[in-house]
Amino acid sequence: MANHEIVIAGFGGQGLLFSGKVLAYAGLLEGRELSWLPSYGPEMRGGTANCNVILSDTPIGSPIVEKPDVLMVMNTPSLDKFEDTVVPGGKIFIDSTMITRKVNRTDVEVYYVPATAMALEKGLTGLANMILTGALLEKTHCIKDESLDAALHKVVPAKKPELFDTNMNAVVLGREYVK
Amino acid sequence: MSEKVLMKGNEALAEAAIIAGCRHYFGYPITPQTEVAAYMAKRMPKIGGTFLQAESEIAAINMVYGAASTGHRAMTSSSSPGISLKCEGISYLAGADLPALIINVQRGGPGLGGIQPGQSDYFLATRGPGHGDFHVLVFAPSGVQEMADLTLKAFDLAEKYRMPSMILADGTMGQMMEPVVLPEPQESHNDLSWAVTGTNMEREHNIVNSLYLQPQDLEDMNNQRFARYAEIEKKEAMWEEFMMEDAEICVVSYGITARIARNAINEARKQGIKVGMIRPITLWPFPKAPLAAAADKVKHFVCVELNMGQMKEDVELAISCKKPVDLCYRVGGMIPSPTEVLEAIKKAM
Repeated sequence: MANHEIVIAGFGGQGLLFSGKVLAYAGLLEGRELSWLPSYGPEMRGGTANCNVILSDTPIGSPIVEKPDVLMVMNTPSLDKFEDTVVPGGKIFIDSTMITRKVNRTDVEVYYVPATAMALEKGLTGLANMILTGALLEKTHCIKDESLDAALHKVVPAKKPELFDTNMNAVVLGREYVK
Repeated sequence: MSEKVLMKGNEALAEAAIIAGCRHYFGYPITPQTEVAAYMAKRMPKIGGTFLQAESEIAAINMVYGAASTGHRAMTSSSSPGISLKCEGISYLAGADLPALIINVQRGGPGLGGIQPGQSDYFLATRGPGHGDFHVLVFAPSGVQEMADLTLKAFDLAEKYRMPSMILADGTMGQMMEPVVLPEPQESHNDLSWAVTGTNMEREHNIVNSLYLQPQDLEDMNNQRFARYAEIEKKEAMWEEFMMEDAEICVVSYGITARIARNAINEARKQGIKVGMIRPITLWPFPKAPLAAAADKVKHFVCVELNMGQMKEDVELAISCKKPVDLCYRVGGMIPSPTEVLEAIKKAM
């Protein structure tokens, strides 16, 4: 499979690290090389938060993503910060409820998904991250479709198994939106 | 071999300490190492161990001294400012010839500094963190697997040589997740007959102490200790070589910066630049021999680290200043990009 360097960014609390973990666990289950690096500290408590995920078939050097080929953003400061770092031909996934401006770049593929509004409408409050993740999975195929189930089981807290279905519903919504 | 799991560096390190037989953890929270304490708080009560959040870093290191005196594997963890506070206790551990493990998940300094990754405690760790003539074993993991593996090694060598060990990690190593195979427990054959465990009135009592009021006694203790250090310098240095076979430029880097340098070296090789890396895994003892050997082959050294050139001095000493040594650095929690390291490599050509 192709190698991917992914940046997921937004406000702390939007579930960005969670989305990154789903990709990371899928990579683990597929026996690939991977790294997951979160921002940490006060950033995590309401400021901008991000995580870097690398999926690769060869040993990973730096876990810090300098030039992502996939960017998923859920607030404007994150788009401002990372837009120019995306490699030409890369893909940007935008929560267009939270980010009203358009991407300035013309050499990248952009997917605008009103994830936060969709989550509210479908009773999936707090799962805009997974709707956008669904769009990301549909368009990048960075993990195998069959890995998602098992990965999500690893990441959803064991004490709240009911969250598995809602997360999966959110992913499907996002997939359908960009199909 | 057990299967790969996904863990944060801090958590893998904590689990590895438990695998190593550590049942005594004393700590105090500080970013970016708090996951070590949090993990121990969850695990220790379940396995009959002790987790204690002390009232301060100084209290925690002295609790380690107490537990270590009984021959049990004991540890504490902190980040840079907290390690400064522990230095008195580390000196006492060294002076009493006690094994123990100290974790430093470094952040930028000096002072309270910041909370983003740093490597600026290199001098503090490698020159003996505290007053008096002494060393601690210093390990610099460069990935989550090494966070686990070196923890076992650090406990074992600490006991073997009766001295403190330090894992000198950084915020990135602590926070990142990578697949890791948790190590198997190892059988320990270290002599613990010095421990204070109660005599049962059947043997002479042992004394654990760092106070020697007779100058001759104290000089003898220092000499004995340094004889052990000489043996360690001969036997225990660890390093990894990467693409050094035909290298004309040798990058020297450890921890997170070695990972970044690897990207830069791969890119440089694509551009036809003959560059490799010697990555110290132990910082004390410092791997002098491979560097000295490289000095006869390469034209230039480039040190990459998150400080103002602290390891660079050790490289210059190791190679007797035979070749020029450049420095590529960022500090304050900033991290160089592979592009910045590549530029530094090109400058050295």
